[in-house]
Formats: sequence, structure tokens, C-alpha cells
Amino acid sequence: MNLITLEAFYVIVGIVLLLVAGRIAADAAHPKRWGSALFWALLAVTFLFGRAIPPVVTGYLVLAMVVLAAAKQVGRSSGAPGSSPAERTAHEERLRHRLLWPALLIPATAVAGTLLLARVHFGSVRLIEASQAALISLSLGALFALGLGLWLTKAPVGTPLAEGSRLLQTIGWALILPQLLAALGGIFAQAGVGEVIAGLLAAALPMHAAFVAVLAYCGTMALFTMIMGNAFAAFAVATGGIGLPFIVQRHGGNPAIMAAIGMLSGYCGTLLTPMAANFNIVPALLLELKDRYAVIKAQAPVAVVIFIANLLLMYFCVYRF
Amino acid sequence: MIKLIGVLVIAVGFGLRLNPLLVVVAAGIATGLSAGLPFHEIIAQFGRLFVENRYMTLPVVLIVPVIGLLERHGLQEHAERFIRNSRLATAGRVLLLYMAVRQIFIALGVKIGGHAEVVRPLIAPMAEGAARARYGALPDQTVQTIRAHAAAAENAGNFFGEDIFIAVGAVLLMKGFFDAAGVNVGVWPMALWGIPTALVAFAAMGWRCHRLDRRVARETAAANRPRGKGAS
Repeated sequence: MNLITLEAFYVIVGIVLLLVAGRIAADAAHPKRWGSALFWALLAVTFLFGRAIPPVVTGYLVLAMVVLAAAKQVGRSSGAPGSSPAERTAHEERLRHRLLWPALLIPATAVAGTLLLARVHFGSVRLIEASQAALISLSLGALFALGLGLWLTKAPVGTPLAEGSRLLQTIGWALILPQLLAALGGIFAQAGVGEVIAGLLAAALPMHAAFVAVLAYCGTMALFTMIMGNAFAAFAVATGGIGLPFIVQRHGGNPAIMAAIGMLSGYCGTLLTPMAANFNIVPALLLELKDRYAVIKAQAPVAVVIFIANLLLMYFCVYRF
Repeated sequence: MIKLIGVLVIAVGFGLRLNPLLVVVAAGIATGLSAGLPFHEIIAQFGRLFVENRYMTLPVVLIVPVIGLLERHGLQEHAERFIRNSRLATAGRVLLLYMAVRQIFIALGVKIGGHAEVVRPLIAPMAEGAARARYGALPDQTVQTIRAHAAAAENAGNFFGEDIFIAVGAVLLMKGFFDAAGVNVGVWPMALWGIPTALVAFAAMGWRCHRLDRRVARETAAANRPRGKGAS
């Protein structure tokens, strides 16, 4: 048994989302008042009761959120930011370095908690589950930082809610894109999409050439990762379908080198794909960039350089060590 | 072959810039139907996996209220002021230093970064502040470019340091795969063979950051030049 579970934090998230929905519903000037309020309320339901309601019901709730977003009924409030530059500078001159304390408390709690909390137990009752230590510690860090921030700034409790609501609406419907993509990855895996592609590639390419095997494996890792949005999902398919049979078994390559560099070739794909939305799309919106793909564009040259380096590294090392 | 229809839907949908949520759901439904799953079953899969992956959204929702509170009290302005005191700082150098720290810490198993936690409140304002300290007001386009590179530094530092630490997902996943396939591979060789790529990634980002600084200099010079004389 565990005293603190991740489910408790999902409930807190659900409450925050419900409050966001409530704020929007109460805002008569909101350009997409009811559509947006409904969207955030539905998302809140999946966090509050996700474990309790049947998956097929959640599925239709998700479908409703997607329809709202696609019909352009989810928007952000028209109001200006809650503070002017002059106000912010005045606060900044008063608070100075104290402003950094809550911001640094989040990673500090996350690191300390990950290292320590998983070891705490009272007999057979554990404080937290070890596999969830990182996420729980990060969540605790966010809550501690909120408390410290409120104490330092003497701001009313409504302020973080108003600002959080504004930032969440800046991200908007894209907030659920990572979860939806993860679901798609699961469906792809269940349908065996990867095996089909790996089979086609293995049959089409001249794998008797050692370099072609390396190119096919690294390329498949990057390509699958771009399709699935996740290098871990691509690894089993690419390694099982191309890496092991051709690089290791046929050409006698070193599996450790192949796997390490292969996985990193997959990460080059992650840098290039909108399917890795939590790394590429959500940050673009969080940073208030006009171009949803700006982060991918900034990363693309780096990804290509690293990918070529990986190809050469693997070709020159995997058959030698 | 027909199972690949989902991939086609994704490629066409993203290519036409349709709403990504819609494209993803359509691809899932097409793939599921082509694999012979009933419609209700596909929707149930979406529901089940959506709930299972709630952890991806959790940190953002919990962190933005704190970050918003601090930003309202001048956190970004403070990060900017802090960097203005350094004469050596440029946007590119700030980002490259961040990437180095991020990479080293994650290689030791310590996650200190994050887009919501660190990049938006601290790193992006510091990079912008360093550029402003040198060149004065920045054109909007330049600000956008600097921010996009800040996110890139976070991602590259995260991805290409992580594989060196043996107790995290990637190495354990590879180990698990090989164990299941009956191939004997140790965790240490896999972790150590991540180092060359980590160095290449850092060098590649160094080149990008250098390019970024030159671009900032060029764009601010063009924007600050008096109108009418810039045409020649």
C-alpha cells in the first residue's frame, strides 16, 4: 500500500481544470465562452474520474473535446495579461532574488524527493510507490513552490489561478495532444503498423551490404519515431525487424553499440516531428510563438547533423568492437 | 499494407495543416478499422490510453499557476536583469551553457530542466535579456527565434544526455528488449556508447548557438538602421 499516490495529484489537476472552466463560464467577454468552458470541464472529468468511468465513455469524452477543438470552439480569453510591465518591475525591485526561490524549489524538491521519498516506509506501508517517485516529487515541488510563492508575494490565492488559467488557455487544446498521440501510438502498436514497415524495408533493401544495414536501422529508428512520436515505441520494432536480424546476426555487429546509437538516432526523429507534441508543440505554445512548428524548425539542422554523425559512428564502430 | 493507412492520414492531415487532434483521432480510427477492430473498441482504446497517459499533462497544469504567479511579480524581468550584469553573455552562450548543464545533470540521473519549469520563466528571458543588453530593443521576429532555440536547447540537452545514465528508461528498455530476445548485453556498454553522440550533439548545438548570435546581430542591425538608408 502507498500513502501518497499519483491519483491524488490527478484529482488536484482535475480541480484546477474545473476552476479554469468555471472562470471561463463566468467571463461574459470570452470569445468562445461555452465551447471553451465545456472543453476544460470535460478534461477535468477525465482527470477526476478517469479511473472510475469505463474507457469507452472516456473515449467519447475525448472525441467530444476533439470535435470542440476542430470546430474552433476552444479559444483563449480576450483579456490582457494581469499586470503591466511597470507593475512587474516594481514587484521585481521589491522581491529581487526571493523571486527565484520558488522557481528553484520545484527542481530541488523533485531531485531530493526522487532520491529519498521512495525509500520511506512504515512497515509494509510505503510513503510513495517507487516507480512514481519522480512525478510525485515534481508535483509536490510545484505545490510547495506555490505555497512559498504566495507567502513571499503576499498575493491573494486567486492570482495563481488567474495566471495559470491564462497560461493554460495560451496552450489551449494542444495540451491534450501528447496524451492523444500516446493513445495513437498504442493503437499503431496493437495493429502492428511497425512490423509491416520493417518487413517492407527489409525485403526492399540490399541488406547484404554492411553499410546499408546500418543506414536502414538508423533510418527506421528515426522514421518510426517520427511516425509514433516516441523512440521507445520504435525501438522494439526497428531492432526486432532490422537491427538484430541484419546488423547482429548477419554481419556480426555489436548489439550494445547498435542499440545505444540506434536509440539516439530515434531521438533525432523526436526533434523533427510534431507527433512528439510534448517536446515540440506544447513548448512552442507555452513560449507564445506564432509558428506552431518554430521549435522543430530550430532543431532540424541539429537533428540532421547528429543523425549523420550517428550513421558514421555506428558504421565505423559496430562491426569493429 | 492496408494497416499503413493511419500513417497516410497523419502525413496528409499534417501536410494540409488540419487540426492535429482531428488528424490523430482519424488516423487511430482508420488504423483500428483496417486491423479489424470494432468502432466502439477503438474509442475505448483511446479512452483507456488517454487516462493511462495523464502523467504527460500533470506537470504542466500543476506548474503553470506558480510560474504565472512569479511572472506577474517580475520573474522574467529578474532573470533578464540578472544576465545583464554579465558582459560575456550572448543569447547563444546562455543557451549553450544551459544545454551543457542540462546534459551533465541528466547524465548523472538528475532532471533539472523542463519547458514549463525552467525554459519559459528563466532560460528564455535570460537569453533575450543577454541579446537586449547588447543590441537594445529586439524585433519581434528575433525574440521568436531566440525562444524557439531555447526550447531546442532544452530538448537536445535532455535527449542526448539521458542515455548515459544506466538507471533511466532508455537503457533499461534496451536491456529488457535484449533479455527477452535472448541476447546477452550489459547496461554499461550501452550507456558508455551514448557518450560520443552526446558530444556531437553538444557541438552541433554550439554551432547553432553561434549562428543564432550572428542572426540576432544581423536582425537587430537591420531593424535599428534608419528607414530609407537600408535599401542599399
